[in-house]
Formats: sequence, C-alpha cells, structure tokens
Amino acid sequence: MTASTVTAPRTLSRRVSPVATLRHTATLAWRSLVQIKHNPMELIDLSIQPIMFVLLFTYVFGGQMAGGHPVQYLQFALPGIIAQNAMFATMNTGFLLNTDLTKGVFDRLRSLPIGRMSPLAGRIVADTVKQAWSMAILLAVGMIIGFRVKTDVVHLVLAFLLLLVFALAFSWIAVLIGVLVSEPDKVMIFGFTTVFPLSFTSSAFARVDTMPGWLQAWVKINPVTHLADATRGLINGGAIASPVLKSLLWAAAIAVVFAPLAVRALRRRV
Amino acid sequence: MTYAIQAEGLVKRFGETVALDGVSLTARAGTVLGVLGPNGAGKTTAVRILATLLRPDEGRATVDGHDVVREAHQVRQLIGLTGQYASVDEMLTGTENLVMIGRLLGLSRPEAKARAAELLERFELWDARDRPAKTYSGGMRRRLDLAASLVGRPSVLFLDEPTTGLDPHARGGLWDTVRGLVDDGVTVLLTTQYLEEADQLADEIAVIDSGQVIAHGTPDELKTQVGGQVLQVRPVDDRDRETVAGLVSVVVGDGMQVEGDLVTAPVTDPAVLPTIVRRLDDAGVLVAELSLRKSTLDEVFLALTGHRAEPTDTLPELVAEGSRA
Repeated sequence: MTASTVTAPRTLSRRVSPVATLRHTATLAWRSLVQIKHNPMELIDLSIQPIMFVLLFTYVFGGQMAGGHPVQYLQFALPGIIAQNAMFATMNTGFLLNTDLTKGVFDRLRSLPIGRMSPLAGRIVADTVKQAWSMAILLAVGMIIGFRVKTDVVHLVLAFLLLLVFALAFSWIAVLIGVLVSEPDKVMIFGFTTVFPLSFTSSAFARVDTMPGWLQAWVKINPVTHLADATRGLINGGAIASPVLKSLLWAAAIAVVFAPLAVRALRRRV
Repeated sequence: MTYAIQAEGLVKRFGETVALDGVSLTARAGTVLGVLGPNGAGKTTAVRILATLLRPDEGRATVDGHDVVREAHQVRQLIGLTGQYASVDEMLTGTENLVMIGRLLGLSRPEAKARAAELLERFELWDARDRPAKTYSGGMRRRLDLAASLVGRPSVLFLDEPTTGLDPHARGGLWDTVRGLVDDGVTVLLTTQYLEEADQLADEIAVIDSGQVIAHGTPDELKTQVGGQVLQVRPVDDRDRETVAGLVSVVVGDGMQVEGDLVTAPVTDPAVLPTIVRRLDDAGVLVAELSLRKSTLDEVFLALTGHRAEPTDTLPELVAEGSRA
C-alpha cells in the first residue's frame, strides 16, 4: 500500500474564511464554557467573592458610612462593587490563557488549520459571558437585600454594556500579563496588586469630596472613578453623559495601548 | 522519490542560544523518520518548525511539498501533532476534546461525534469517554493526545517524545499504534531519547546533537558506519580472561573493554577475526563465545557524540525546552 491510496489527494484551502474564523471562535468559546459543567466550583468562584463584598460592604461598613442605614450605602456602593468586580474578573482571562500556554493546549490549537486569532478570541468571548453572569449575580444579591434600580431597564442594560466594553478593553492588560508570566498564579498576584489599589482609590466606595486633596487629584483621573460614576448614573440616576464618555475614552486608550502589546507578546511567546 | 518531509539548513536562535544550527532532514512518504538525540539537542525546536508553530531564522522546510512558513495553512491541514507540549484540555472529557477538534476541522456536530467515538474505541478510551481528561492516567492521556492528532486523518504525523514517562507496557502499545498508522500510509516523524525506540520503529534515523545532524541513515547503516562492529570473546575458563584481554588488545589496538568474563573491542577490519582465532589457538585458550556483532545504537551514539544518549532524568528537557518555547 502506498501513501497516496490513503492520504492523498486532498483539496487544501488556501486561507481561513472570516465565517470559518467566527465558527472556530464559537467552538473555542464553547470549550471554555462547557468546562463549567465539569467544574461547577468555577461558577461559585466567580460569584462568591463578589457576594462576600456586597455583604461586607453593606453590613460592616454600610452602617457607619451612611449614618446607620446600611441599605442606603448599598445603593451608593453596589455600582462601584460591580465595576471593581468586572476588573478583577478580567484577570481570569489572563489566568486561563496562561494555563493554556503552559499546558500546551495553545500549541495544539495553533497546529490546526484555524483562524490565527480564534484561540484568543474564543477565550475572550467565553470570559465576557462569565462577566455578564457575575454582574447579574451581584445585582440579584444586591436586590435581595434592598438595592433598587432607580432608573429603568434600558439604562440598566446600557450600564451592563458599558461595563462589558470596559472589561473587554481592560482584559488586554490581563492577556498581556497572562502571556508574560511563567505560571497562572502569577496573573492573580498581579491582579490583586494592581486592581485592588486602582479600584479603591476611586469613587467606587466613597465620595471623592471626603478625601484629602492630593488623593482627589489622582481619583479624579482614575478610570475606575469614571466607570463607577457612569454605572451609578445609569442605575441610580444622575449625571450620565460625561462619565460615560470618559469611561469609553479610557477603554479605547487602554485597548489601543495594550491590545497591540498583548498580541505582539503572544506572537513572540508562541 | 517523494519526500513527505523535507528540511534544509534550518537555523533557529533563542537569544544567545543556537537551538538549531543548520539542520537538514528528509522523510520519504509512508515511512518513519526517527530523530534521536539527548535533552536539549534541538529535537523539539525542529518539530515545532515543521509543525508551523515556530518560524526558522534561516533555511526552509516543506511538508508534502508545502512550505511551512509561506503555506502554513495548507501544512496545518495535512499534519497531526502529539507531544510533551501539544496537549489536550484537562478540564474537558475525552469525547469533548475530540469533538472540539473535529468541529475546529470543519466536521459537522454528528460527524465530529462519530469520529470521536471511533477514535475512543480504537484507543481503548471508550469507558473513560465522559470523564475529564485530568482524571486519566499518563498512558490514557497520551492515547487521547494521539487520538486528538488523528481526528483530521493527517498524512504526516509528528510525535515528539511520545513515550517519555510511559511504562514499558504502554510504550509497546504506542509502538503498535505507530506501526498501524504507517501501514495505513501515514508518514511519521518521531523524536525520541530512546535508542531502542528509534531502532524498533524508524526506517531512517537522524541523530541530532547540539542543534546539528551528526549522523543520518537506516538503523543498520548507522550501526555499521561508526565503530563498525564489536568483537566479543568469552573464555570457557575464567582464569584465561587476562590472556584473552591481552591478546585482543594486541590485535585490535585501542578500545578493548572487559565486562565480567566478556572481552569486547570495537573492530573496523573484519580480518581480525581469523587472526584472533589463530592467536587463541596458539595460546591454547578455549572460548565459549567468539562473535562479531554490529554496534548497538547506544555505542553508536557514544562514538558520535562522546556521551551516552539515554536520559538520566526526563524532567530537565521539559523545563529547558519549555522555557525556550
């Protein structure tokens, strides 16, 4: 038996069509989401920290922050908590990407005739779904203990869209870190040491005018401040146009700087 | 003659390190090319270039006539890759892993499921099909890995150290699978640190050391090429060992060794055998064994590189090559 009888001839395509790239991306997003079926703990991981934050902020700090009315503080802080959580959750993208790189899954995928960006795009699509899930959980828990949407469903949906867009841009930082570090856990260490101070030195949890002047100077340009203000405006009512615009500009700036860096680092690494 | 794999003068540097320093390889269609070498010799780098995962700094390579850089997409439609690094998704079940790859290769959902079932049966993973791959044993994982690389019915298969870390039983099973694939017309490039493995499976062997091909040929050619043959003499009476050793070293010259009651020496001139027989007869020594055999690959490797090929530990390669990749 010769080689030709079994393996040839075959018609080879010359390139991956855009439709095929989308299909590959969908398959790879499915791959990341179906994992949850075997590891339901992942869903709880995604939810437990934000729920803990909601409860802690409401019942431990809330009373003092709002003069004995925890729920009043919850109404102020929940949009901030949701914004902070969205940023933490992007680190997941870097963590899982680094896992794929170090375990060799990424190499297997790259040896297949699929769209070059599909493995990364599939990862990001799946993580956006997880983002939406944890935002919904936070809102639901908040509402159970007394949070109310003061505007309407349209504004609520717009708030979530804005958060998803910002998270998508911010996740390029996570991708860059995920490509650069040698093991998945380092992504999480990075996440805590940057997202934590970044999100606390903002308007997410406290009113800016209560802070010392030198801190205010930073807080007022911190992107998390704009994101928290925009989310608060869309859900609680209040100024919308300016914080939304600033959030989107920040998102664009972050993406423009970090997306090319991340893609270049990925090309170099693999 | 058609070559399924052809590489010319591949050079790859990682910073200061020269991983490949002008490697040329060929594999005829439907044969097994064994790439043999110690840790860090450049085997994995060569495979990664041929499998389109890495661009060479210099040189060119083709798979079934398609350039691995300019026609990478075509090459990817022809190859399968299994190795220490191209791995399955541990969080997915056996079935899900194979279905995912089938879907990525353009099969419909029912087709992908059917192909997955067929491969799971063939690789004796059917009973474990619905368990996440992280619960699999090392041998099962390698089989799933190999199954994953066969979903697309590749005509060229790259196996990068497929049996490193496997027990002898699992290793034998994998060898049988490789032979079956070659019978079906698949061309296989297999890297290994195990001489026995190359000897068992490969039609041709390329020996790589420090990023260069230092020898190339069939297993038999390699064995005769270096050091030629090995003379073995075992006296009936153990007390004659010194006499035999002295006599052999006079006739053969350098390289005589005594291992237990066996005296061995590398031989390039076959005419030494009758000389030895005469000398033994003159000395009145009776021998239990007197033979001329081909060198083993281990001896070949030792002669070619100055060090032995068998790994002392498999971990350093994972670390070393992983960090370079």
